[in-house]
Amino acid sequence: MRGSAVTVRNMKRTDREKLRSWLFLAPSLIGVTLFFVAPFFVVLFYSVVNNPVQHEFVGLSNYFRVGKNEAYRLASWNTLRFSLTAVPLAVFLSLFTAVIMEAKLPCKSLFRSCLLSPMMVPVASIVLIWQVLFHYNGLINSIFGARIDWLKSEHAQLVIVLLFIWKTLGYNMILFMAALASVPKDLIEVARIEGAGRFSVFFTIKLRYLSATILFVTIMSVLNSFKVFRETYLMTGEYPFDSLYLLQHFMNNTFISLDYQKLSAAAVMMSLIIVVLVGVLFVTEDRFGRDIED
Amino acid sequence: MRTYEDVEKLNKKRRRMGQMCTIGSLTGILAVTSAVFLLPVIFTFTNSFMSASEIGANYGAVFATTKTGGRVFISETVNLKFIPDLVTFQQYVTVLFRSPAYLFKFWNSVLYVAPIVIFQLFVAALAAYGFSRERSLAKEIIFFGYIILMLMPYQVTLVPNFLVSRFLHIVNTHWAIWLPGIFSPFAVFLLTKFMRRIPSGVLEAARIDGAGEWQIFSQIALPLCKGGLASIAILIFIDYWNMVEQPLVLLENEDMHPLSVFLSKINAGEISLAFAVAVIYMVLPLLIFLYGEEYLVEGITYQGGIKG
Repeated sequence: MRGSAVTVRNMKRTDREKLRSWLFLAPSLIGVTLFFVAPFFVVLFYSVVNNPVQHEFVGLSNYFRVGKNEAYRLASWNTLRFSLTAVPLAVFLSLFTAVIMEAKLPCKSLFRSCLLSPMMVPVASIVLIWQVLFHYNGLINSIFGARIDWLKSEHAQLVIVLLFIWKTLGYNMILFMAALASVPKDLIEVARIEGAGRFSVFFTIKLRYLSATILFVTIMSVLNSFKVFRETYLMTGEYPFDSLYLLQHFMNNTFISLDYQKLSAAAVMMSLIIVVLVGVLFVTEDRFGRDIED
Repeated sequence: MRTYEDVEKLNKKRRRMGQMCTIGSLTGILAVTSAVFLLPVIFTFTNSFMSASEIGANYGAVFATTKTGGRVFISETVNLKFIPDLVTFQQYVTVLFRSPAYLFKFWNSVLYVAPIVIFQLFVAALAAYGFSRERSLAKEIIFFGYIILMLMPYQVTLVPNFLVSRFLHIVNTHWAIWLPGIFSPFAVFLLTKFMRRIPSGVLEAARIDGAGEWQIFSQIALPLCKGGLASIAILIFIDYWNMVEQPLVLLENEDMHPLSVFLSKINAGEISLAFAVAVIYMVLPLLIFLYGEEYLVEGITYQGGIKG
C-alpha cells in the first residue's frame, strides 16, 4: 500500500514542487546557519589556534589547557555531580508519580495542574522564598533542627537538586503518563487473567513499554541539568560557594576575560558530550522500538 | 451454610475495602506533594501584601549584604510568615508608581519575549512545512542536525551566538537576543512533528483543486496544527521569560537586562518590594498556564520520543 502511494507521488512530483518545499525551509536554514552552524566552525577553528589574530595552529594544546584549568575541573566536577544526583532522582520520582496518577483517584486533574505549575513559575520569582527556606536561620533548619547555612555549605547542591525536581517533576510525569497510557490494554488484561499481580504486570510488561520513554526522560533530564545554572545564578549570584560553581559560571568568567581559545575548546568538548548522549538516545530508541514491535 | 456466592461477595467487599485504603493513601500522598509544590508560589503571593517594615523584620537577615556583595550573617531569626500582620498594597503601589526601574525591566522582558515567540513560530511553521513535504534523505539529515542543535545547552550555543553578534556589531542591542531566539531550532522540531501527522491526502486534494503551495500552507496546514502552535508558543514563552544566560553574556548594559536577571539583584534596601515584583512577574505565565494547560500537556507529550 505504502509503496504504491509513494510511487504515485513520485510520478507526480516535479522538480518545481521540490524546490518550493526547500523555499519554505530557506528562512530557517539561513538563520540557523548564520547564528549556529557557521560560527560553530569558527569556534572549532579558534579551539586549535594560538590566538584570534595570529591564527597559528597549535593542535590540541588549548584543549589540554582547559583540561588542566582548576576552575574548569571544579566546574565540570560539580556539574557532573549534580547530574548524577539530580537525574536519577528526577526520573525515579516522576515515574513513581505517573504510576500513582494512573490509578483511579479523585481530583486527578487538580493534582496534575499543581505538579505541572512549577514549570510555568519564573525561577526569579520564587528564589526569594527558596533563600528564606534554606537560610541559616530559615524554616528548613528550624524544622529539622539542623544548623547549616545551606547555600554556603557542601550541601548547597542539595538545594538546587530540590529546586530542579520541583521544576521538572510535572513535565517528566506528563511524558511518563503518556507512555503508560499507550501500553496495550488487552496485554495487561491477559496477564491479569492469568494471575499476574500488580507488581509483576508493572515490571514485566509496562516497564518494557516504558523503556524508550525512561531513556528519553533521562537524557532530557541530563540536558536540563546543564541548564540549572539559571537557578544557581539567581540564588547565589556570580560568585557562588565552591560546590555550586558550574560550567556556565566558568563560561561566563571566560567570556569576561575574552579568552576565545579556552572558550572555544570548552564549548567543543561540551558539544561532543552532547552528541554522544544524543547518539546513545537514538541507537537505543531504535533498538527498544524494534524490540516492542516484534 | 455459606454458598459460593456468599464467599464471592465477602471477597468482593474485602477487595473493595482494600481498594478504598489504597486510593485514600495515594490521594493523600498526591495531595501533600501538590501542596508542597504550590507553597513557594502561595508564600510569594501572601508575602507581597506585607508592609515594608514587616518584611524588613522578617527577612532582613537573608538579604543583608556586605559592600562587596557577599551576604553576611546576622544572627536574627528569619520568620517565614504565611499571613501578613497587616494586609497592605504598599508594595504594589511603590512598584507601580514610585520605582519605575522595575516596570522598565518588566517592559524589557516583554520586548524580548514577544517578538521571539511570534517570529520563531513563523519561521518554524515555514520550516516545519518544508520538512514535512517532499521528504528526502537530505532533509532527514538536516532535521537530525536540528535535533542535535536543539539539545545543545547554552554553554555551547552562546559561544557561536556571541561570535556572530560581535561580527554583526549587534552585541549590546536587542538584536543579539532576538535573532538567535527567532532562529532557534526548538519550534521547528516540534512543529514538524505536528505537521507530519496531517494526512497527506488532505494536502494532495487541495493541490488537485488548484491551490498553490502557499495557499495550502496558510489555509490548510497552519489551521490544522493550531493546537501545536499554541502549545509551542507557551513553551517558547516560558523559556525566554526565564532567560538568564543570554543577557548575561550578550548584554553588558544592565539597563537592558530583563526582569528575570534584575530580580536576583534586589538588595537589602529594596527587599520590601521584592515579593510584589515577583508576583507581577509570575502573573502572566501563570495566567497562560491556567488558560492553556491542555495545550501545554499536548506539547510535552509530542516531545516524548524524539523521532516520533
